[in-house]
Amino acid sequence: MNSPSRAALALSLAILALAGCDRSKEGAGGSAGSGNVIRIGHVAPLSGGTAHLGKDNENGARLAVEEINAAGGVKVGDKAYQLELLAEDDKGDPREATLAAQKLVDSGVVAVVGHLNSGCSIPASQIYNAAGIVQVSPSSTAVKYTHQGYKSTFRIVANDGQQGGAMGNYAVDGLKAKTVAIIDDQTQYGQGLAAEVENRVKARGLTVVDREYTNDKASDFNAILTKVRGAHPDVIVYGGMDATAGPLTRQARQLGIKSDILTGDGACSPEYIHLAAEAAEGTICTQAGEAVSKLARGDQFVARYKARFGTDVQIYSPYSYDAVYVIADAIHNAGSLDRAAIAAQVAKTDYNGLTGHIVFDENGDLKAGAVSVFQVHKGQLEYLSTSR
Amino acid sequence: MGTFDTFLQQVFNGLVLGSLYALIALGYTMVYGIVNLINFAHGDVLMVGALTAYTAISAAQAHWPALPGWGLLLVGMGAAIPTCVLVSLVIERVAYRPLRNAPRLAPLITAIGVSILLQTLAMIIWGRNHLTYPQLLPPDPISVGPAIVTWTKIAVVVLSALIMGGLLLLVQRTSLGRAMRATAENPRVAALMGVNPDRVIASTFAIGAALAAVAGVMTAAVYSVAHFYMGFIPGLKAFTAAVLGGIGNIPGAMVGGIVLGLIEALGAGYIDQLSGGIFGSNYQDVFAFIVLCAVLILRPSGLLGERVADRS
Repeated sequence: MNSPSRAALALSLAILALAGCDRSKEGAGGSAGSGNVIRIGHVAPLSGGTAHLGKDNENGARLAVEEINAAGGVKVGDKAYQLELLAEDDKGDPREATLAAQKLVDSGVVAVVGHLNSGCSIPASQIYNAAGIVQVSPSSTAVKYTHQGYKSTFRIVANDGQQGGAMGNYAVDGLKAKTVAIIDDQTQYGQGLAAEVENRVKARGLTVVDREYTNDKASDFNAILTKVRGAHPDVIVYGGMDATAGPLTRQARQLGIKSDILTGDGACSPEYIHLAAEAAEGTICTQAGEAVSKLARGDQFVARYKARFGTDVQIYSPYSYDAVYVIADAIHNAGSLDRAAIAAQVAKTDYNGLTGHIVFDENGDLKAGAVSVFQVHKGQLEYLSTSR
Repeated sequence: MGTFDTFLQQVFNGLVLGSLYALIALGYTMVYGIVNLINFAHGDVLMVGALTAYTAISAAQAHWPALPGWGLLLVGMGAAIPTCVLVSLVIERVAYRPLRNAPRLAPLITAIGVSILLQTLAMIIWGRNHLTYPQLLPPDPISVGPAIVTWTKIAVVVLSALIMGGLLLLVQRTSLGRAMRATAENPRVAALMGVNPDRVIASTFAIGAALAAVAGVMTAAVYSVAHFYMGFIPGLKAFTAAVLGGIGNIPGAMVGGIVLGLIEALGAGYIDQLSGGIFGSNYQDVFAFIVLCAVLILRPSGLLGERVADRS
């Protein structure tokens, strides 16, 4: 054996030894990560059609982690820990979501902020629950997410029962509609929200004149929109994300459809207005929380966010920001890095955050979730009203 | 708006969609006709065209803000066509030509590899987000009889018809077209007669790529959005259209594209009435593929047949 390969052998042995050390330390320290660092996971789509929303959520969480660390970290007992954010990409795909969840569990996180899409949060929640890791979603609104019987699932936005109800009410009271056409993108989020709206508008005496479906990767909506046009609805409700809602709105106006268009939180972003361009004007959308402009420290947050990341807040970064604070608060109150103790403390959260007073009900939903209604006016989201 | 108006509108929607499918399907069918290869990277060549045009149009808008929409469209096409032709020639030279005498599965695998490579490169260059395509022609709806259309959609239908007419002339009337037909029929005999097969095959790839570039720009302009995986679904649908019409058959690809577009639009519009409310528009793709299965069971070589005399 000549000397270079011996050197290589020595090096690889050294690496193996180090890796072994690392693993044994993790085993001994439970789930804490290493040294005086606590790992928190964050999962959202960082590629694909909703990557901008995923990045927005991640930025919110990162801002909170950086603030907490700058202020001395999280105190557990009499030891201060720094937070480390492990950001994963689930591509907005349920299958990728479970892979990302398993990866975070394996890397020893004590809590997870995420996922963005309900269709990802729900399959991933099973993995976190089995590992005893608490999951706080800043944006998954599907009712089912917190109603699976798991003690580990929480969200700090309103659910689609509330949001769909608010959208239905707005169609009746705000838009004075008599007839509705409903379209959804056949994702867990889109169809769940559309079903909630459908229930509410039917209960309030409106007629659903057309029910159509597309998918979250579609770009041509002309055929279903032509059918909707033939049904003459007063308002068109779309359950889906901004990446499809933008082109859908644009194609509706190009087909000469003048009905009001009403969408949920997934399409209530600056990106929606960007994609729909001038066709977005006058459309209505809701967010499953308080409007940033209405929050006590909202303007301050928007300014800090812009200074740190150079982009604008899309929708839910204030909520992922609060999710990190809720988790840090729970770790502090638990006084240990034990996953079960932390999860138990999250359930008892009573925290005044950026987005309001956060208290969870027995399912893990917010006790006082708000839904805000917006209208696109001169290329901006203009706040109209809040319902609780 | 009456039900007949809705029907006419759906037919027009189907024509727009079908024209785009036909343009893309031609690229599949011409290449298959000459080298018996399913070029699965073809859809991604379309995506490269759309995104190259996006960059060129953005740059042109920044430099000459006064340029009208059709000028921008020309700039976009002018950038997309040469780029796609170049990309396609490189793909043919690197990934397909060395494997021309290999078993037929080998180039199929390299084609899929090239497809993934192009998507990844595009993701690195243009990013992961959806890009809003600039409005090139006036977006206002115009009433043509009972149907409501836009200039972009009219441009798609007219441009596709012109291009397909031109292609038929090229294949039937020019010496290159004759060489293509000869190579398709029997490459060895064609080579003995003085036809350079490498040149003919490269030309076929180049023409297919140019058509894909046009289809890419028009797809992005009609649906006003572009992204790195936008080529996948149209590629798949166009391949279906090519098979529907009879793969290897040029008029077949045109007919197959238009028929598939019409089936999709009318399927989405009428499937619930046809099925008595059992199926909704969530089954529109299923509907299209049921029709495809039916056609292939009754006519295994496609609507117009695979091996007609002037297959090329």
